[in-house]
Amino acid sequence: MAKSPINLKVNGKTVEALVEPRTLLIHFLREQLNLTGPHIGCDTSHCGACTVDLDGKSVKSCTMFAVQADGGDVLTIEGMAAADGTLHALQEGFREMHGLQCGFCTPGMIVRAHRLLKENPNPSEDEVRQGISGNLCRCTGYQNIVKAIQYAAAKLSGGALKEAAE
Amino acid sequence: MNDQTPSKEERTERLQGMGCKRKRVEDVRFVQGKGNYVDDMKLPGMLYGDFTRSPYAHARIKKIDGTAAKALPGVIAVLTAADLKPLSLHYMPTLAGDVAAVLAEEKVLYQNQEVAFIIADDRYVAADAADLVEVEYEELPVLVDPFKAMAPDAPVLREDIKDKTDGAHGKRKHYNHVFSWEIGDREATDAAFKKAEVSIKELISYQRVHPCPLETCQCVASFDKIKGELTVWGTFQAPHVIRTVASLISKIPEHKIHVIAPDIGGGFGNKVGAYPGYICAIVASIVTGQPVKWVEDRIENLSTTSFARDYHMTTEIAATKDGKVTGLRVHVLADHGAFDACADPSKWPAGFFNIVTGSYDFPVAHCAVDGVYTNKAPGGVAYRCSFRVTEAAYCIERAMDILAQKLNMDPAELRMKNLVRKEQFPYQSALGWEYDSGDYHTALQKAMDTVSYKKLREEQKQEQEAFKKGKTRELMGIGVAFFTEIVGAGPSRNCDILGIAMFDSAEIRIHPTGAVTARMGTKSQGQGHETTYAQIIATELGLPADDIMIEEGNTDTAPYGLGTYGSRSTPTAGAATAMAARKIKAKAQMIAADLLEVSEYDLEWEIDRFRVKGNPERFKTMKELAWAAYNRVPKGLEPGLEAVNYYDPPNMTYPFGAYICVVDVDVDTGVTKVRRFYALDDCGTRINPMIIEGQVHGGLTEAFGIAMGQEIRYDEMGNVTGPTFMDYFMPTAVETPKWETDWTVTPSPHHPIGAKGVGESPNVGGVPCFANAVNDAFKFLGSTHIAMPHDHWRTWTVADKLGLHG
Repeated sequence: MAKSPINLKVNGKTVEALVEPRTLLIHFLREQLNLTGPHIGCDTSHCGACTVDLDGKSVKSCTMFAVQADGGDVLTIEGMAAADGTLHALQEGFREMHGLQCGFCTPGMIVRAHRLLKENPNPSEDEVRQGISGNLCRCTGYQNIVKAIQYAAAKLSGGALKEAAE
Repeated sequence: MNDQTPSKEERTERLQGMGCKRKRVEDVRFVQGKGNYVDDMKLPGMLYGDFTRSPYAHARIKKIDGTAAKALPGVIAVLTAADLKPLSLHYMPTLAGDVAAVLAEEKVLYQNQEVAFIIADDRYVAADAADLVEVEYEELPVLVDPFKAMAPDAPVLREDIKDKTDGAHGKRKHYNHVFSWEIGDREATDAAFKKAEVSIKELISYQRVHPCPLETCQCVASFDKIKGELTVWGTFQAPHVIRTVASLISKIPEHKIHVIAPDIGGGFGNKVGAYPGYICAIVASIVTGQPVKWVEDRIENLSTTSFARDYHMTTEIAATKDGKVTGLRVHVLADHGAFDACADPSKWPAGFFNIVTGSYDFPVAHCAVDGVYTNKAPGGVAYRCSFRVTEAAYCIERAMDILAQKLNMDPAELRMKNLVRKEQFPYQSALGWEYDSGDYHTALQKAMDTVSYKKLREEQKQEQEAFKKGKTRELMGIGVAFFTEIVGAGPSRNCDILGIAMFDSAEIRIHPTGAVTARMGTKSQGQGHETTYAQIIATELGLPADDIMIEEGNTDTAPYGLGTYGSRSTPTAGAATAMAARKIKAKAQMIAADLLEVSEYDLEWEIDRFRVKGNPERFKTMKELAWAAYNRVPKGLEPGLEAVNYYDPPNMTYPFGAYICVVDVDVDTGVTKVRRFYALDDCGTRINPMIIEGQVHGGLTEAFGIAMGQEIRYDEMGNVTGPTFMDYFMPTAVETPKWETDWTVTPSPHHPIGAKGVGESPNVGGVPCFANAVNDAFKFLGSTHIAMPHDHWRTWTVADKLGLHG
């Protein structure tokens, strides 16, 4: 099949590549760029394990073509930590608050939460729950994910850290 | 000792041992997207497999034509049953003693059954080619309703065994019959019912659901033709068993098969068994000499690999007028689908369903189970529960509520009256189990006190009055459930899988610097074993958990084990870990005695060291002893410091809990809001309270999904309806209630550290608790038993039938 050239930014780096027009963004990221953080959980846009950030919006990369990201700016879980390896407040929060178990939904969940906090830096519990309702988790029951996101919100806004879960 | 010596508290804290909320070590890679799941693997020359599946639930295959598929550029081969038959691989053995088709030979028996396997150099091309395989079918009559399976004129499903009068578990009554299983004293139970002052009878059905981990089933098979060695990376909850099964059916010697389970994205019972995709990927790799990856998509996952439940339980309780239970009688019709692929210990065709007497002191009971074949996907796995235990708990907990309703008694009061008393443990149940320990009354009382149970009932009464007067359109329901789990299979005397006794294992190696590598026969799928096993070793050996690396899932390096399911890791491999550590400690004590020039008996253990009794300043830390083990061992002692333990538990463990749930049901929309959910769990000794709480949250959420919406449905043509997340209910953060967790601690008397296992308790107790709450909301209006799932439509329908919509 004929391939199309695309040019985009992924985690701050410029990427030029040839892709089949039908290649999904998730497969482009995972197979061609070896960014295996985002996962595939459902194929129908429901689970959000494939969530990445594209031009300041959360997108489900299993439901768009790589060519649609041409010219865009993509952020995946691999781009969340600082260059020196320091974890992002969300990554730290997920560990501190036990916001993950099998880890499969985590990359999508964190990247989604990142966009949520950009839009609403101090969300209430209900707002967090609404904000991550496009991302499914089968292990945690969400309660500690909510706490993890609120932990990060507090840390990012310089506020006092919430008490660890009892 | 001097001022520099850390205090006992500091030394204990530094270990991060049992009982502390140690942060998980596995999180460091997962939060950075650096987990290593099967689909992340890439090997040079790797090919991709995909299936052509049957659109029909029951049909004869007239012809399979792969010409067009093979002509597609990039397609390497198309496998059908005709290719597998000469290798005797067109059928594979199931864990339940049946066989299951790998690729359909003459007939298909359920929708989406595997018919052809395409191998291509690209996953998109493989999917394209799957659609190009032309299959000619002749449709046959479809059997969907398990209650019609043994009718005289029912269609014959399994032609391969239709004349076999004996199955894996005794006589078969009908060509669609799988097995009968019976336990208990039938005569004494019948007599109890004859004498009963009060009795209830209800058909309690537990719908077909699916475990649905977020990562589907997948594998990469790679056969090295030169060495004759096969490596399979896969989503395996039980990698060693997969290796043994692979060896038995492929005839490749077991030592030349390397099975590796890398990080697993949730299992919940879905990843215990072997599936056609694994076999086909292995065959494809042997045929092509290249690695072959198979990854199922979500529709394939929900519609083919392993359903759970589908148990139809006719349940009767006999009791006195004042509410003392005197007998229990249960008959189960079990829908096993097209092949009996239950993942139970081989001698237990209905799992441990005979835990159905629950937490109550039934003097007599009788239970019989009949399994039947239908045109549905095979399975019958333990979805976040021990084998058929959630079915049993749902059955008895609903039945107790129905009895309470008949007696006009409070459901909590009825339970209090019949719970096994503390002094009765170890308790022999009427259906053959020995419950190891429990303090049920304390747990239920604590639960009732915490939620102010009496006040809730008073509030409910007022709400009901208000409803009758038309002042509200909401019904308040209070659900009570008290469950007893049976986990940790199992004693090898009564539990095996295909003849392999169900023990588990741990191997611990202490390196000269005091760092540790330990390996177990289990396999975490999110439970946090890398964190918690290290805590056990830390406490047992006085070495910091941060210096202990836990490895699982590689059959080349890990000792043989039966895997992780049925909450068995802590009861079995957790015990093996403690026992192996104790072997090491015993040797370390000999070395310490030699170094300190005292008798072993003059030494005592303290946190991280052996010290001389009465002279605590003379001591050797475990770290020092590790060095000495490789440097200066006493005469006659082997150097080195490592141990293996294979632990065959003397009994199962019996975690229990008391759950209370409050719901408000809107009769006009059918929407049920969970106002409160309180869960008290007793899992014995608590290794990591943070992880326990996380397990309970997750299990309750899965229970919520099952009780409130999940169902794998079939229409009368055998079409599986809605096997995607569009229709199959997956609770999001919005619907999921907030959980309140609590605990009591009743250590297991026979487990080395007193732990019992917890991962599945919340599912076992949670499902009946939600169901009882919804039923409780409606019961003052005369309703007796409302079947799950309690989705909005069904609940609205119940309200409608009760005439609540005017």
